[in-house]
Formats: sequence, C-alpha cells, structure tokens
Amino acid sequence: MISAAALLLGGVAALLGTAALAVVVARNGAATRLIYGSTLGVSAVVFAIVASHLTSDPAGASVVTLPLGLPWIGAHFRLDPLSTFFLVVVNLGGAAASLYGLGYGRHEPAPHRVLPFFPAFLAGMNLVVLADDAFTFLLSWEFMSLASWALVMAHHREKDNARAGYIYLVMASFGTLALLLAFGLLSGPGGNYTFDAMRAAEPNQFVAAAVLILMLLGAGSKAGLVPLHVWLPLAHPAAPSHVSALMSGVMTKVAAYGFMRVIFDLLGEPTWWSSVVVLFLGGLTAVLGILYALMEKDLKRLLAYSTIENIGFIFVSLGLALAFEANAMPLASALALTAALFHILNHSFFKSLLFFGAGAVLTATGERDMEKLGGLIHRMPLTSFVFLVGCVSISALPPFNGFVSEWLAFQAILQSPDLPQWGLKVMVPAVGGLLALSAALAAACFVKAFGITFLGRPRTAAVEHAHEVDRYSLAAMFALAALCLLAGILPGLVIDNLSSVTLSLVGNRMPVQMAQPWLSIVPIAESRSSYNGLLVFLFIAVSASLAAYVIHRFASRALRRGPAWGCGFPDISPAAQYSAVSFAQPIRRVFGTFAFRATEKVEMPPPGATGPARLDVEMHDPIWETFYRPIAGAIGFAAERLNHLQFLTIRRYLTLVFLYLVTLLLVLALWP
Amino acid sequence: MALILELAIQGAQMMLVLLLAPLLTGFVRKVKARLLRRQGPSLIQPYRDLLRLMRKEVVLADNASWLFRATPYLVFAATWVAAALIPTFATGLKFSWTADLIAIVALLGSTRFFLALAGMDVGTSFGGIGSSREVMIASLAEPAMLLIVFSLALIAGATQLSTVAAVMGSPDVGLRVSLGMSLIALVMVAIAENARIPVDNPATHLELTMVHEAMILEYSGRHLAMIEFAAFLKLLLYVSLISCVFVPWGLVTASASAGSYVLGVIVYMGKLAVCGVLLALFETAIAKMRVFRVPNFLGAALMLALLGTLLLFVSRSL
Repeated sequence: MISAAALLLGGVAALLGTAALAVVVARNGAATRLIYGSTLGVSAVVFAIVASHLTSDPAGASVVTLPLGLPWIGAHFRLDPLSTFFLVVVNLGGAAASLYGLGYGRHEPAPHRVLPFFPAFLAGMNLVVLADDAFTFLLSWEFMSLASWALVMAHHREKDNARAGYIYLVMASFGTLALLLAFGLLSGPGGNYTFDAMRAAEPNQFVAAAVLILMLLGAGSKAGLVPLHVWLPLAHPAAPSHVSALMSGVMTKVAAYGFMRVIFDLLGEPTWWSSVVVLFLGGLTAVLGILYALMEKDLKRLLAYSTIENIGFIFVSLGLALAFEANAMPLASALALTAALFHILNHSFFKSLLFFGAGAVLTATGERDMEKLGGLIHRMPLTSFVFLVGCVSISALPPFNGFVSEWLAFQAILQSPDLPQWGLKVMVPAVGGLLALSAALAAACFVKAFGITFLGRPRTAAVEHAHEVDRYSLAAMFALAALCLLAGILPGLVIDNLSSVTLSLVGNRMPVQMAQPWLSIVPIAESRSSYNGLLVFLFIAVSASLAAYVIHRFASRALRRGPAWGCGFPDISPAAQYSAVSFAQPIRRVFGTFAFRATEKVEMPPPGATGPARLDVEMHDPIWETFYRPIAGAIGFAAERLNHLQFLTIRRYLTLVFLYLVTLLLVLALWP
Repeated sequence: MALILELAIQGAQMMLVLLLAPLLTGFVRKVKARLLRRQGPSLIQPYRDLLRLMRKEVVLADNASWLFRATPYLVFAATWVAAALIPTFATGLKFSWTADLIAIVALLGSTRFFLALAGMDVGTSFGGIGSSREVMIASLAEPAMLLIVFSLALIAGATQLSTVAAVMGSPDVGLRVSLGMSLIALVMVAIAENARIPVDNPATHLELTMVHEAMILEYSGRHLAMIEFAAFLKLLLYVSLISCVFVPWGLVTASASAGSYVLGVIVYMGKLAVCGVLLALFETAIAKMRVFRVPNFLGAALMLALLGTLLLFVSRSL
C-alpha cells in the first residue's frame, strides 16, 4: 500500500511534468486546453485523495523521505491533519482555477508566458504544504514565489505591471529572508533542519519572541499583513484573473499555513503577549484593508485589498486561538482556531469566485475600471448572479458561508473575558470592535463593487456590447457559488471535518455538530448560542415566495414599464450616475480624512457661468508614506554614496583591498 | 401535541408581528400628530396604505433588472424572519434557537445590502445618493449594534435572546453601568436603523435630506408595499428587542397556560404603546440633523457601546 504522502508527491510530479510539457507545446493552439485540462485532472485527483483523508482518519501522519536537497538530511514530506486541510484548500482552488482557465485561457494573448508557470505555481503551493524540513519548505516557498512572480509578469508590457513585479520580488525576497532566519533560530546551534527536531527542541523565551516576529514578517508579507501588504494590491491584479484568484484565494492561505505550522506546531507553548501582537496586527489589517478597498475604483485591486481585510480577520482568529491556548482554555482555543480555518476555506471559495467574475467582466468588456462599467446585469445575467453570491458571502450575510466563520469568531471573542491578562482584556474587545467595523465596511464595499459594475446604466460603449462568458468559466463560478451556499447552510459538516486539525494543533475540538437536531451549529451550549443556516435559508425562501404568491394571486400582478424618475430632466447621460468614487464619498469623509488624510477641493464656476464644476480628491497612503518611502529614500541615498566607489583610481582600490584584508585578519586573530 | 402547540405559538408570534407592525407605525404617527395639535390620520391608515399599494400596478423603470424586482420580497422576508425570532410576548419559542442576536443583526444587514443594491439598479442619482448614505450610516451603526450585542452577551453569558431575556429578568443582574451605556447606544442605533428623526426623516421628500426614501424612490405598487411593510416590521423589531432585553417582565416562559399567553400579549402591546409614545415625543422634540452630523451621532453610540463592552471585560460586575 503506497502511503498517502507518496501519492500526493506523485501528483506534484505530475504537475511539474505538465509544466515541462507546457514549455514545449505552449505555442501550439491546443496547448491551453491540454495544460488546463491536465492541471484540472491532477488537482481534482489530489483533492479527492486529501478530502477523503480529511474526512476519514487523518490523525496519523504519513511521512516520505526522498534523497533530494541537502545530502545529509534529504527532503522530508509529511501529511498530517493541518497539511491535509491546506491541501484541500490548495487543490480545490487549483481545480476551480484550471476549469476557469479552460475558457478564460483562450483569450490569453501570450499563452506561452502563462501555461508553463501555472502548473509550476500549483506544484509549489502543494510542496510548501507537504514539506517537513526547513530546507524543503524554503525551497518550495521560493519556487512558489518565483512561479507566481512569473505569472504576475505575464503581461509585462502593460502599464504598471513591471513595477508591480519588481515590488513583489523585493517583498518576496524580504519575506523569505525573514523565514530563513526564523528557521535558523528554530533549528538552534545544532542545525537540525527537520521539523521533527524543531518540534522537540524547547526554545527559550527570547528565541520564541524573535521567531514570532520573523514569522510575522515572513509569512505576513506573503499573506498581506499591514504594513507588509503593499505588493499585494499591485501584484494580484496584474496577473491573469485565474492566477489572481489563486494568489488571493490560495497563496495567501499557504502563507497563513506557514505561520500556523511554525507558531502553533513547531514553536511549542505560546506566550500570552504573542497573541497581543497577532491580534493587534490582524485588527489593523482588517480595517485598513477594507478602507483601502472602499477607496478603490479598479475592480481587481478592490478585490485584492479585500483579501488583505480577510487575512486580517484570519489573523485575529489565530491570535485569539493563541491567547486561549496560552491560558490553557483549549475549548475556546479550538473554537477560535475553527473560525480561522473555516474562514480560510470560505475566503478561498468566494475570493476565487469574485476574481473569476472580475476576469469574466474583463473578457467581456476589456475593462477593470468600475467607472467605465455598469449595467452588466442585463448583458451578463449568469456572471452577475454568481458575482452577487460572492459579494453576499464575503459581506458575511446569512445564510451564506462568510457569516458562519464570522459568527464563530464573535463567539470566540465572547469567551475571552475569562482571560487573566490585562493586555488581552483591553485588546480583545477593541479588536472585536475593529472586526465588527470591518465587517460593516466590507458590506459597503461590496455594495459598491456590485452596484457600480453590474447595476445602473452602461457607462461606456464597450459595456453595451458585452456578452456572457464561456461555459467553462461559468461552470467554475457556479461550482464555487454552490460551495459558498453549501458551507453556509451546512456549517456543521465543515466544522466536524476541521476537528482533527484543531485536535492536532491545540489538543481540543469543538463538539460534534452534525449530531445536533436540525443541523444547527452550537459551539458550547444551545442556551448560549446557536445558529442554523439551513433553517434561516428555508425561512427566508418560504416567506419570500409566500409573500410573492399571496400578492400576485390576491392583490395585483399588473406591471408597466416606464422611464425612470429624472426630476423633470429627461434623458440624463449615464455619466450622471453615482460612480465608484462618489459612492464612497460619505465613507471617505467619515474615515478617509483620518486614515488617508483625504481632502476635497471643489472648484465651482462663477454664478451664471455654465462651465463644469471640478472636484479634486487628494489622498495619501499612510503605510507607503510612513514606512516605504523613507526606506526607499535611505536605500537610494546609500546607493548614491556607494556609487563613488566605482570611480576611484587603481591606487585607492589597492589601498581598500589592503585595509580590508588587514581588518579581516585582525578580526580573525582577536576572535575568542 | 406539545409540538403542535409549540408550532402554533411560533405561528402566532409570526402573525402577531405582521399584524401589529403597521399599527405601531400608525400609533407613532398619531401621537406625533396629536403632539403637534393636529388630528392626524387614523390608527389603521398604514393598513389601508398597504392594501392600496398592493392593489396598484407596478411602474417599473425601463432598465430595472430582476434584482430590483426580487429585492422587496427578500427584504420583507428577511425582516419578517428576524422579527419572528425576537421574543415578543413569550420566550423559548419553537425556533428561537435558529438564529441568535448576532444572526438577527446580520439578517437586518442583508436587507440593507439588497436595498442599497436596488437603489443603484436603475442608475439615477437619487438611488445612488440614498445607497451611499445608507451604507455610510450602516458602517457605523452595525459595529455599534454588534458591540451592544457583545455587552449583553457578556452579562447574560449567551447571545441567545431567550436566555438573555431570562437573565435580564432575574434579580441578580441589577443596575449596571454597562447596561445603561448599552441602552443609550441601542436606542441611538435603533433611531438610525429605522431612519427616524434626527438621522433621517421618514416623512420627507426633499432631495437633500433623503436617505432611505431616496434609495427606494423608484419603487411603486406592490413592491413599495413590501418595502414599507418591512420598514414597519423593522421598527417593531427594534422596539421588541429593546423591551425584551431591558424590560423583560411579563414575558411568558415555555409551557404556560393559555391565559398567561393572553396576558403576555396584552403586556407586550402595553410595552409597544409606551415605546411608541416615547419615540413620538423624542421625534417631536428634536430637529433633523445634517447628513454629515450623523457620523458624530453614531460615533457616540459606537463609543458608548465599546466602553460598555470594555467595562465588562474589566469587571463582570460593572
């Protein structure tokens, strides 16, 4: 019997083989179909394996060691509950993106820049999750980063894409450096790079603190934690849409996996203050991310910023789980961890769905700028329907899935007054407030995203001639929309399958949910809190149909079409509609003046003149200006100084070399 | 037999909120009119309005989509479900565990989400202005509401409304600072959520001051009837919520006699009347504020709610 981990490595090998094949056949006409079909097949098979593994008996780990990598340790791979769960997320997202790519990829102007890297990217993400030693992990991590970088650069001639790729590369290298140092600290002076050895080691408090900070920098920069998020809204939208979906929906989750693997698994007992750091960063990320998204008018960038918000939510839940674990409250810790894992799954569903929808809009109209869209609900009814499902889910509205994970997180927050530390006592309610705020702002943001893009009247001619997209893209989107609804109305099923992960990480699990009457979810006791998505869904559906039936049957069903009320001004131009920027104006005035130092300047024509009025909005990116501009400035300054070294005479170079040698020898001689 | 009785009581509650909601709005209008020394419309005028609207034909804008036509029914249904899950005259109803307080708040969030979308569907500036202001108000009111829920849940140890009402009715809760803050914040949120003065004026048709009315400007006939009905239900919902949490006396507990249910309904109607009079008094005494003063108003509610929650984290007895 071949072990599960070996089977999965076979899947990874198949993906890498597909990548190699793609290099050869990329310019062929049928290549798109072949490559995406193959990745779809492999991802689906791997998904089936890991899903059955997760639902059956994931407690035991399955280990494989290959004679690759560093000769004295080899390459270790391991399949345990945590990696199984993340493999489900990765391969479900991969399968959906491949299915979508079957249709979307046909519109790709340069398939040879996308096809080889797409399977490689999937393989990289699978490898990161499977890796069981630091060397393999870092190698896979870099492989994943570089493959996704290549995909970001697929359309490198487009405006801003080169800059996006550059910033992404810098941030990814920085993140890997932090990870490298973190693993160095974990492996200790002995230098044993297997995760087993790290798990056995007991790092002292300072090492643990340093590892936490380094992991927040390393995994956080890949996940998009504020203030390390700057590359994300540039790079994610620059890639082709199905890759954007993978990067936002899945790769950020792989980063969260790295964080969880090290902090929850390898590092041992957490300390309470580490949760304060995580909670603070998570809360800040959630609110800032969604505020950025609200100010955005590019659909894909809006989605990328919203990813940052969701990552914030996930890290808040993880922080809560840490806080509870540090205080020996395993049940509450399992609850918070379940919320985080559930949201990871949910976000991979709806963010992929939304990016697919944005890609469909891009295919149909050639536009990402919401200010040039509008009225697509008439032209693309199916796409707009599934996009609406995605918007409702991500806005955490019942009975869809986003609400369930948020509800679980709130239930976890309500467990926290029992925490003994004062820092947490003040931090948790504040973060709870931030979460509530970001949830409300997310709803506003997605009213804007859907309303401006799909509702109203078409703002440009390109939109008037848009058509529904192909069947593959629609199939992928409908599948994800169905998953959003299913996870929302049958949350107990998901929660029960997450129990093995929480058991392995925090040593406890939520009570069995599927045994509850009527398929409710009950985290602690029914008298305390319960929620039943299925019944809420049924009640709404039944009462809405009942109301519609009664009124149509007994009152009136007459209907007349007429022009919209225009206050006596007939035929107003579509430009007079609310736009993305004007829709966000009230919120910009409330929050933006504080967060972005937003100022508005209105230039009115003199009384009686018929010229147009002008409104100029000025906003500042607080993170970019406080963190990155000074750093970039310092690097530029240093480079300018060092530049002088290029223009010295040979005598001075010889002097420098001599001085350098002497210093080196002195240091060696004086070294104790 | 017990099951049938429980179902009957749950059904009675659903019909009760449906029947009483227009009456409450009519009552508030009547009291306001009397305070202004006007005769005022009759108490049953809202029922007549609803019937009249339902019988009229719908005039739909040329480019209105299916979303525009589906939204009224969705909004009505979600509000009705939410209102039916709040203990009005009895606690521990058959389906009270379906959704807790957080889910009820989120259900109301769904209705607002769809209404805001419907406002943008036709593509007029009115709809846009209404929607954008509505989501701005919601972005402050909803977190405030959730923090109030946190406070209540921390005191009661539950987010389940029946349990919260039971705990609030027990003598060991007593007077608490955090409860006072929650009450004030909840009233402020309720005023904003129901588009009442001073946040919004339910009777206005002046463009610059409209929020809720601007959003639903394109609706007519049965669609408008559904939305108006949902608005009546929402007012009833908030009044019921405030009274079941802060005045939990007279609520019938499970498996009581038929006579106590009748008494419970009478007590409930008494509470509605008192809240209605208070709302009318408040609305008459105060002027509508500018739209951009609303964030200050709701920000105060948010801070009060946060302070209440913080106090409870500091000490469970505050």
